[in-house]
Amino acid sequence: MYIFGYRLPGMSSLVVWGFLWEMIGRADVTFFVPPLSEVFTTLYSIIGTVAFKNALAETAYAFSLGVFFAVTIGVIIGILMGKNRLLDELLLPWVNVFLSAPLTALVPVLMVLFGFGMKSIIITTSLFAVWIIILNSRAGVKQINRSLVEMANSFGASPIDAFFKIYFWAALPEILGGVRIGIIRAVKGVIIGQLLISIVGFGALFELYSANFLMGHFWAVLLVLFGLAFSISEFLAYLERKVAYYAAKR
Amino acid sequence: MAMSQINHKTTEKNSTDIGSAVSVQNISKNYGDVEALRDMSLEFPRGQLTSLLGPSGCGKTTLLKIIAGLLEPTSGHVEVNGINVSGPGPDRAFVFQDFALLPWATVLKNVAFGLQMRGVAASEREAIAERYIKSVGLAGFENSYPHELSGGMRQRVGLARALSVDADVLLMDEPFSAVDEQTRRKFQEDLLSLVRDENKTFIFVTHSIEEAVYVSDQIAILLPRPSRVSEIIRPSSFRNKGVDNIRRDSEYLDIVDNIWSSLRTYVE
Repeated sequence: MYIFGYRLPGMSSLVVWGFLWEMIGRADVTFFVPPLSEVFTTLYSIIGTVAFKNALAETAYAFSLGVFFAVTIGVIIGILMGKNRLLDELLLPWVNVFLSAPLTALVPVLMVLFGFGMKSIIITTSLFAVWIIILNSRAGVKQINRSLVEMANSFGASPIDAFFKIYFWAALPEILGGVRIGIIRAVKGVIIGQLLISIVGFGALFELYSANFLMGHFWAVLLVLFGLAFSISEFLAYLERKVAYYAAKR
Repeated sequence: MAMSQINHKTTEKNSTDIGSAVSVQNISKNYGDVEALRDMSLEFPRGQLTSLLGPSGCGKTTLLKIIAGLLEPTSGHVEVNGINVSGPGPDRAFVFQDFALLPWATVLKNVAFGLQMRGVAASEREAIAERYIKSVGLAGFENSYPHELSGGMRQRVGLARALSVDADVLLMDEPFSAVDEQTRRKFQEDLLSLVRDENKTFIFVTHSIEEAVYVSDQIAILLPRPSRVSEIIRPSSFRNKGVDNIRRDSEYLDIVDNIWSSLRTYVE
């Protein structure tokens, strides 16, 4: 965007919102919104504490394992569904159901099945992320150029070769798009898991801060979480752009 | 009429001399109720280029894909070098109409893909691929991506990939139909020298009469509804007169006219 002939750098709007936030905070409209500057000072003060570091480590652990399983399972199942008509017919209704299902309602069931520990949190994270990854990988395979498949067959490619050397690469732009959305959903999954299953990680911090009306702390942790999710998402968007050159030309 | 008799005679002479590399026997192919090919038999002489020519819907690409082993015939069978075809095999390589290049891979990786699928080690297949990239005139483009190349260059990549696996039989599905006219003429000339220099059998699907007559040792005219081989034409006199003289040779012009008069009723 240009203002008075100057090109504004990306995300300039954040400055406007940050300023507005600061104003509202200074005006003392509600305890719920402390000034942004106060949030940052709080953030600076808690970021080195053991509690924060533990929360970050626990959350990162559950999040990365959950995303790992979601991506591995989601990409493989999605590609297989795109390739195989029978599998597609069998699984697609379930994928669509779980994509729109309120997964939070399932968390108590997971607790019964998998206990109150890290395992359930990881599974919750995976469950939030996996469906959109499946759907996107499937869509990526669906629009593959048939010639590429025939070409691989004509040179005697085994099904494994075709999977990893044709289908995966051909679907990669859509897979990355799915993973990006899946990861954003996984952030929700891991926090909901931590709040509902066992109060650990950032979930515990949110619980603690909001129960004690420590809104500065609350917003500080939320900003950290948003920053992390945003960075990962932007990184994946960057990868997506790198493969976009062939998305239109398959 | 007289011409087709003469051609028939030369066909017999040649096929006994050379033998067939590919033999199609009583092939039928149905898609549900639709009959794509009915009881089709055809011999492809070794070391020569045979065109499958016909109006659209005559099943020429279907036949080519059955020979490639990419499609199963409903009945009948295909023999390559006397061995029954049950799927794709190392004795055949395919050149695609839309090039079928991997858009995410460099020219080098694309050309080496066929060898990779056949289990050739990386260093060896890249050396072979480099050689064929040079031979199709793309030296210096090894690390380019397909979207950086023109249509003609892309098909050269497709050709290099098919040549690099050193198959006996090269199956070409309208390989020049997606490139511009001038590139196409150059390709046709190059194809003639390829047929002369490489000891391979070429099966060439085209819908261009001029192209078929220009490049072929043998032209099989396919007609639709039901799909069948209506005529086999073997141009005899102009092949050795040099690429520049073919298009004004009287036999060339006669054959082009004859084919058009037999095909025109099928073109709607």
